[in-house]
Amino acid sequence: MKAAITGVGMSDIGRNTGRAAMLHLAQAADRALARAGLTRADIDGIATYPGKAEGSPGMSPLGTGEVRAALGLQTRWHSAVPDGPAQMAPIMVAAMAVATGQARHVLCFRALTESSSQSAGRRASIPGAGKAQVGGWLSWLVPVGAMSASNWAGWMAQRYFHEFGMTREHLGMVAVGQRQFAQANPMAVMQKPLTMDDYLAARMISQPLGLFDCDIPIDGAAVVIVSAADAARDCRLPPLRIEAMGSALRSAETWDQRADLTTMGAHDAGADLWARTSVTPQDVDVLALYDGFSIFVPLWLEALGFCGHGEAKDFIAAGHIGPGGRYPVNTGGGQLSGGRLHGFGLLHEACLQLWGEADGRQVADARTAVCGMGGGFIAGAMLLQRD
Amino acid sequence: MLPLPELTAENTAFWTGGERGELMIALCDACGKAVHPPQLLCPACGSQQVAPRAMAGTGTIHTFTVNHQPWLPDMAVPFVLAVVDLDDAPGVRVTTRMIDCDPQAVRIGQRVTIAFEQSGDVWLPLWRPIAEGEAA
Repeated sequence: MKAAITGVGMSDIGRNTGRAAMLHLAQAADRALARAGLTRADIDGIATYPGKAEGSPGMSPLGTGEVRAALGLQTRWHSAVPDGPAQMAPIMVAAMAVATGQARHVLCFRALTESSSQSAGRRASIPGAGKAQVGGWLSWLVPVGAMSASNWAGWMAQRYFHEFGMTREHLGMVAVGQRQFAQANPMAVMQKPLTMDDYLAARMISQPLGLFDCDIPIDGAAVVIVSAADAARDCRLPPLRIEAMGSALRSAETWDQRADLTTMGAHDAGADLWARTSVTPQDVDVLALYDGFSIFVPLWLEALGFCGHGEAKDFIAAGHIGPGGRYPVNTGGGQLSGGRLHGFGLLHEACLQLWGEADGRQVADARTAVCGMGGGFIAGAMLLQRD
Repeated sequence: MLPLPELTAENTAFWTGGERGELMIALCDACGKAVHPPQLLCPACGSQQVAPRAMAGTGTIHTFTVNHQPWLPDMAVPFVLAVVDLDDAPGVRVTTRMIDCDPQAVRIGQRVTIAFEQSGDVWLPLWRPIAEGEAA
């Protein structure tokens, strides 16, 4: 692979921060540039997901144009990707851009102000709320009352429970374990202990998913710098080589028609990832798996081949994915306890692990990380290695 | 009120068939494949002879969720959202709210039949349980 991650940065994320999205973005960018040993003048490409989105308050308040203007970037290449392999799409297209010589160092960003938007009385993350009509794949969900992704994920959880005997306790182990990780990460928004009793007693959101099965809307931004392999060698930290990417999708753009609803687009993307490398799941030290809802974690574990279909509940119960486990997942607390940066926060944490910067929760000599982003038909997977 | 679907050449039959009490699903005249969400081309054989046909409007719950969170200020909760395998359109599921049911009694494998509710210029399909012994 001809591309590498050379810097990551996250802003001082929080709930209802009252800070403008651009201030979060600038802070994340400066932190990423400092890690990479680069300046704004070195950045010649920019990419984001999904691009400025007006429909859902705070979901994507910044486009590439205003970020280029605010940071004074002189770019040779720019892209916003609403329709691609999940929230990972900008990082993937950036890798392809540097591999084909379109740019040397691409600033990939994700900014959200969903917490402030929600506090202002606008329901964040509810597509179509306040609109008269919706189109596209949302038109099969929102008009019948399936407004929230928790409903769509709830269908998958209910079917998975039915077929494989998973229970709420298994998902509780995901939530409780990630909270333990969060307590070792000062940037995570949730720091209070979470017990299984707390988890089980919490109110239902979309049965069988309860409050702690859902990730947390926040204000914040994260930046990932993708560099051409030769340019990466000049950076401050060892390059994190993009060993493989997977973005296959072999089912329709729906949340309800995939033949097997105990699988997701993740299963297509995951298989595609391993087909492009000699690295295997057994070589992985750290996992960053999309946890917009807890049920996505077992589905991603299976999608990426860490266990067989239907085996994730036992894999989780065996303690493999929590603190001290062989395959630690979302070591910064994930979105469930760290806050929702749409996958960018998970990737940020995986990179810190590979650079040995995850103080208090560092996985010893982590060299290989796998990241899976997205849920339902939306999926992208990436394998990173520090040489 | 919930947002309504934007009507297109592909989906108008589905969203308006309820005016006549009909659940309309796109079928390929050439190879018989049922296509949902509806589209103008058959993804199996490439034919353009795809047309909406009235289905029996019965099916079996494949999965469901009980929504407890009011996502809009006037949203009454709890309610059930069911993903239903149609009896006469293999591979096609129709997903919508359930009516006339006890949310905690809904189960996978339960038999349901379609009902419709007009909203603006569309007729929203809704699933209703088929009572034990009721003809369907």
